[in-house]
Amino acid sequence: MQQVVFILKKELQDFFISPIAYIVMAVFLLVTGWLFFSAFFIFDQADMRNFFNLLPMTFAFVVPAITMRLFAEELSTGSYETLLTLPVTFRDIILGKFLAGVAMVAALLVPTLFYPIFIGFMGELDWGPVIGGYVGALFMGAAFTGVGLFASALTRNQIIAFITGAVICFALTTIERMLFFVPGALLKIVSHLGASLHFQNIARGIVDSRDLIYFISVAFLGLYAAHLVMQEKK
Amino acid sequence: MIQVEDLTKFYNDFCAVDRISLEIPKGEIMGLLGPNGAGKTTTLRMLTGYFKPTSGRIRIKDHDVDEQPVAVKGLIGYLPESAPLYPGMMVYDYLGYIADIRGLRGDAKAGRLRDLVERCGLHEIMHKTIGELSKGLKQRVGLAHAMMSDPEILILDEPTSGLDPNQIVEIRDIIRAIGQEKTVILSTHILSEAEATCDRIVIINKGRIVADDSTARLKSNAGATRQIGLSLQNADEADIRATLGALDVVAEVSTRPGADNDVMDITLACRHGSDPRAAIYAAVKQTDWILLTFVQQARDLESIFRELTKES
Repeated sequence: MQQVVFILKKELQDFFISPIAYIVMAVFLLVTGWLFFSAFFIFDQADMRNFFNLLPMTFAFVVPAITMRLFAEELSTGSYETLLTLPVTFRDIILGKFLAGVAMVAALLVPTLFYPIFIGFMGELDWGPVIGGYVGALFMGAAFTGVGLFASALTRNQIIAFITGAVICFALTTIERMLFFVPGALLKIVSHLGASLHFQNIARGIVDSRDLIYFISVAFLGLYAAHLVMQEKK
Repeated sequence: MIQVEDLTKFYNDFCAVDRISLEIPKGEIMGLLGPNGAGKTTTLRMLTGYFKPTSGRIRIKDHDVDEQPVAVKGLIGYLPESAPLYPGMMVYDYLGYIADIRGLRGDAKAGRLRDLVERCGLHEIMHKTIGELSKGLKQRVGLAHAMMSDPEILILDEPTSGLDPNQIVEIRDIIRAIGQEKTVILSTHILSEAEATCDRIVIINKGRIVADDSTARLKSNAGATRQIGLSLQNADEADIRATLGALDVVAEVSTRPGADNDVMDITLACRHGSDPRAAIYAAVKQTDWILLTFVQQARDLESIFRELTKES
């Protein structure tokens, strides 16, 4: 377990000394800030629904950008070999990298706390949905990190890792708008696969275990798939 | 210390390593030699547990590599080919991270880091980014990485490739010093290097062991033939072939024109067994040739290597 912490620490250190961290953060804040505030004054309501409505879509692109280098870079520089010949297990490596990804997502969300604080000064803000929204964002971020980690383990090319991860996350967020194309028999199952739906439930302030289990399952599946891919590379 | 039994590795249909068996005792510096693509790196990767063998067993100090990979990795310090380290990290941070993972804490960690900085000459580069370092400096950081936990077994894949002659000598000295008490396995395709550092040499070609002996013995008696080099003035080729080729001890005569006019350089491959020099000298004395050079060519590793690994 200690090894997980060391790997986590190293990944975070690596992330925050690379320019990617700041580029991704800047783009994320710019996009969410602009989309949020451009509509905020028109609706003239003291809530963050607009922000959280857009979050699944922005996360679908931002999270894979964070996770794309986690395995792909190691594979392309060959440092994967030095890592695997240290006294660590696959589980240590995957968990360390996963937790680092989640911590980065959390770091990404911290500056956006400015919005609710700002809104709180402007009007009566209902804090329930806001807290729910952030909890949901963390869980969704963790799920997408799992997916992104899997995509990153597939290839040594970071761009391919990003695109693969983004496509899977994008499919998960938009699936419920595509139900139109799904045959009736599968409708019920497929409608539960969408990430937006589960996220919006939490963002409304209702923390239901089913929604949390959904995100945990997606994260777990991603990590398990990454584990299988790593084993295959031996 | 290390026992390898029938180690085999297939990449799809391609057999990279073919039933290799080895026993490496404690405190030996073993050189794994072979041409490019012979299976050196694959063998080392299986020893370190990075690759899974297709079949065969590796036991390292009572641990099976397949069953207890983490315990084995704790015993081994490994430097992969061309030292792939994190290019974005500072040397200081990187070595600190490795020390953490290797389980060094507090004073032990600080002391070990200081010791390695001293041994590998890293004083001036501790606060540089690894990606900025030259190949030789990076290799030294890699060596420090491999030696971090003071491992009982050190495995180095082409440790001196791409280094300048001074750095090669430095690294060799380091390896020799470590080899006093530790087991070292290094791979190389540079023969002089294996000759200079290793106690024992294993030559592999196309995934198979073609020679396995101590360096000294491999050089002295390893083959069948002994070679004598002659330079003769005043002799013509046909005569030489007729006279020397008639000797019992000579198996093959090859001639080529020497540097000056009239001079012939001759290489005689001799049959195994008794010393051929007396007979050759007697034969030359019968003629009116002028003998300029008479040398017994020691079989260097290079010729052994070429013989064993040439395409057949």
